[in-house]
Amino acid sequence: MDTSNASRRTFLKVVAASGGALCLELSVPGLASAQHASAPHADTGELNAWVVIHPDERVIVRIARSEIGQGSSTGLPMLVAEELQCDWANVGIEFVSVSENLRTQAWGSMSTGGSSSIRRSQDFLRQAGATARVMLVTAAAKTWGVPANECTVRQGVITHAATGKRTTFGRMASLAAKQHAPHDVKLKDPKDWTLIGKAKVDRFDLPDKIRGKPVYGIDVDLPGMMYASLVQCPVFGGHVKRVDKAKATAMRGVARVVELPDAVAVVADNWWRANEAAKALAIDWDDAGHGHESSATILAYLEAGQTEAAPTARNDGDVDQAFAQAAKVVEAEYFTPYLNHATLEPQNCTAWFRDDGRLDVWAPTQNGEASAHAAADAGGVPISRVSFTKTQVGGGFGRRGAFQDFVRYGVAVAKAMPGVPVKTVWSREEDMQHDFYRPISLTRMKASLDAANRMTGWYTKIACSSISASMSPSRAAGGVDRQACASFVDSPYAVANQRVDYALRNTIVPVGYWRSVYHSQNPFFRECFVDEVAHAAGVDPLAFRRTLLAGANARRDLAILEVAANAAGWDRAPAAGVHRGIAVADAYGSYTAGVVEASVDAKNRITIPRVVIAVDPGYVVDVDAAKAQIEGAIIFALSAIVYGEITVDQGRVRERNFNDYRMLYLRDAPVIEAVLAPSGGFWGGMGEPPMACVAPALVNAIAAATGKRVRALPLVNAGYSLATSA
Amino acid sequence: MITVEVNGTRHDVDVEPRMPLLWVLRDALHMRGTKFGCGAGLCGACTVHVDGKAMRSCSVPVSAVAGKAITTIEGLSSGASLHAVQQAWLDHQVPQCGYCQPGMMMAVAALLKEKPQPTDADIDAAITNICRCSTYARVRPAIHSAARKLVAKA
Ligand code: FES
Ligand code: FES
Repeated sequence: MDTSNASRRTFLKVVAASGGALCLELSVPGLASAQHASAPHADTGELNAWVVIHPDERVIVRIARSEIGQGSSTGLPMLVAEELQCDWANVGIEFVSVSENLRTQAWGSMSTGGSSSIRRSQDFLRQAGATARVMLVTAAAKTWGVPANECTVRQGVITHAATGKRTTFGRMASLAAKQHAPHDVKLKDPKDWTLIGKAKVDRFDLPDKIRGKPVYGIDVDLPGMMYASLVQCPVFGGHVKRVDKAKATAMRGVARVVELPDAVAVVADNWWRANEAAKALAIDWDDAGHGHESSATILAYLEAGQTEAAPTARNDGDVDQAFAQAAKVVEAEYFTPYLNHATLEPQNCTAWFRDDGRLDVWAPTQNGEASAHAAADAGGVPISRVSFTKTQVGGGFGRRGAFQDFVRYGVAVAKAMPGVPVKTVWSREEDMQHDFYRPISLTRMKASLDAANRMTGWYTKIACSSISASMSPSRAAGGVDRQACASFVDSPYAVANQRVDYALRNTIVPVGYWRSVYHSQNPFFRECFVDEVAHAAGVDPLAFRRTLLAGANARRDLAILEVAANAAGWDRAPAAGVHRGIAVADAYGSYTAGVVEASVDAKNRITIPRVVIAVDPGYVVDVDAAKAQIEGAIIFALSAIVYGEITVDQGRVRERNFNDYRMLYLRDAPVIEAVLAPSGGFWGGMGEPPMACVAPALVNAIAAATGKRVRALPLVNAGYSLATSA
Repeated sequence: MITVEVNGTRHDVDVEPRMPLLWVLRDALHMRGTKFGCGAGLCGACTVHVDGKAMRSCSVPVSAVAGKAITTIEGLSSGASLHAVQQAWLDHQVPQCGYCQPGMMMAVAALLKEKPQPTDADIDAAITNICRCSTYARVRPAIHSAARKLVAKA
């Protein structure tokens, strides 16, 4: 793959895509035609920033987002190819240079998170394809002296029927690049799509992946490179008081012990040697007074949040009156713990302070631009002198986006070794104990039913960490983080009186975006509680939800709920001993519902014969990759539901590796039905939405099976295990 | 000096006898297809074959494999031809991020050598690699289809 192409070109600066979600939808990066660029390369067949067509018919589509395994480096070019009408067999990809995008902003946001790669690129990528097609046709029509509107395009071949003339994209590309880029190209009606949502395509990244060829960040290899292992202060917020380096320095291969304010690194000629020496360091830490913090003190702080007054995030009607007039009141308290991302490729970064003042950096990242800025900042080097290269990424899940600690440490360590490339790799233990964890939450809900068992009031109080506030207090105005209240402030359930209060509970434990973020916990609370209320009302949980979702604003939630219920055969009895749970949610612009089947034996061993998760993302682009996201999300969620918990003792994380932070094995994986039900008219995400319903549907199934409610995850803490790994 | 034979080539490496094979492969021989995930024998990302048997190279001192035939993902197939496991992985579009997959495929290839027609129970017992992207739903059918192909060829 020729990745240098993109960096050599100069592009007209278009409206920069800002961090705001809505701006992204409106901006159209990359439609500057080559002739408008300050240095035209019209002979290259570069039709715009996204599309380059070579004389041999190869169509190269440029990718700005990171490929983190989700498959969007195959889905994104499908959007282009659909409108370009080229032969898919000729399509290839190249990744956009971070430095070039920082300079020109030609490709908009490179951020890869929030299940946004497709939905926040689809409009400009389809336009890029359509624009390029029009330019190709214009070039052919001019060459033949015929009206462009008499020409047709199929599979990269342009034909003029009346004269029998025929040519190809490859032959027309360089002439097409000199044509004026049209504005307002009409895009295809979705019903006419032949690739999007239809074609069975093979992912571009897999032929290398099955050969062990991709270079992940941890695989970067440079001449004269040294290796570093990092030891951060085990207590959050603490720093280095004193280091005894003698023993480590004397060990074989060790080049240097680097002292940073809150970490120490050993640099050696081999990572194992660096890590062995790191274990031999004697470090005196100043624990910043956090040494007494533990899971118990953190829980007490959450509980205090539940009893103290807190600001209100939503207030419809009058819940107090609803409770005063209630025939029945249901109350429950739920809990979800901190979670680690545990990307299988540990955090790492390679940095090289060059003799001429430049800084070269490589890392697996979900946001190349943020990485480059973090490198410049940590290195004290102007951004214009930083060259940042995105490597392959061994799992993201939100770990490698908003917080660039891995880049900062990598650069800080290398800064102590000027002129030498240094690859800093975190041990698994470091990675486990230093993350931006999924927030912890203690949430109470209270519902009122009238004499006819209709839900009249719903009060929710969320005591939970705020990722936004941890970055900047101003991002939780009035103490309310609306993201942390997701699924409640925007609940589709028609209950006349609803209030949501939010107690911001940030502790010493750093929090961050973990696949599906607050949708990894709030739908669990909400959908389990709805089941509890349905049970109190004596109504089937599906029927109870149907009534609450009867309004026009909930039609998509209701529709996807019906899809999941149908797929699971909700109205037919399950096999003997098997029980079902159901849930519905909306997240990242998509609608999702799930049914989990479970049986529980006398020793609380759970068997999960089947998980059905349905998603309506509006449109599906790459069907197989979308299904893979559902399959992966289900098991990723199950690992957290069954085992996942990060605990704190003496100000530090207790868990160290995969023995005490467990996940599902192949033998534990249930039969999965991934149901795609795109209803059209909107673009939703795929990577995170399918996470939302797994926990509530499973826990509802367990309640149906046992008559007992689990209200605190993980399940192992309540004495449950998986029968396959009991 | 310790002599290791990797994918049919012998290398003399000047390393401590207790250095795990993983780091000899990665940092001494610059073969980066074999991955580091946990360093403690828990994830299987570092799985290679030693005399045809799957081993977690992060937990094997290099001295223990001196003179034995080591195969890594780079040596699972040669040239354009693919091992049946790699082909099945493509056919079923198994990998997501791909990081666990070299180890996963090496573990599966060793299983199929030992049990050409593994049952689901055989697979459950033998394949305990962690895939954080959780591609398991595709791994199992891919193993069965690789097994069918290998038996058909034999
Ligand atoms: S790195 Fe060897 S088992 Fe995980
Ligand atoms: S494919 Fe990402 S860890 Fe397995």
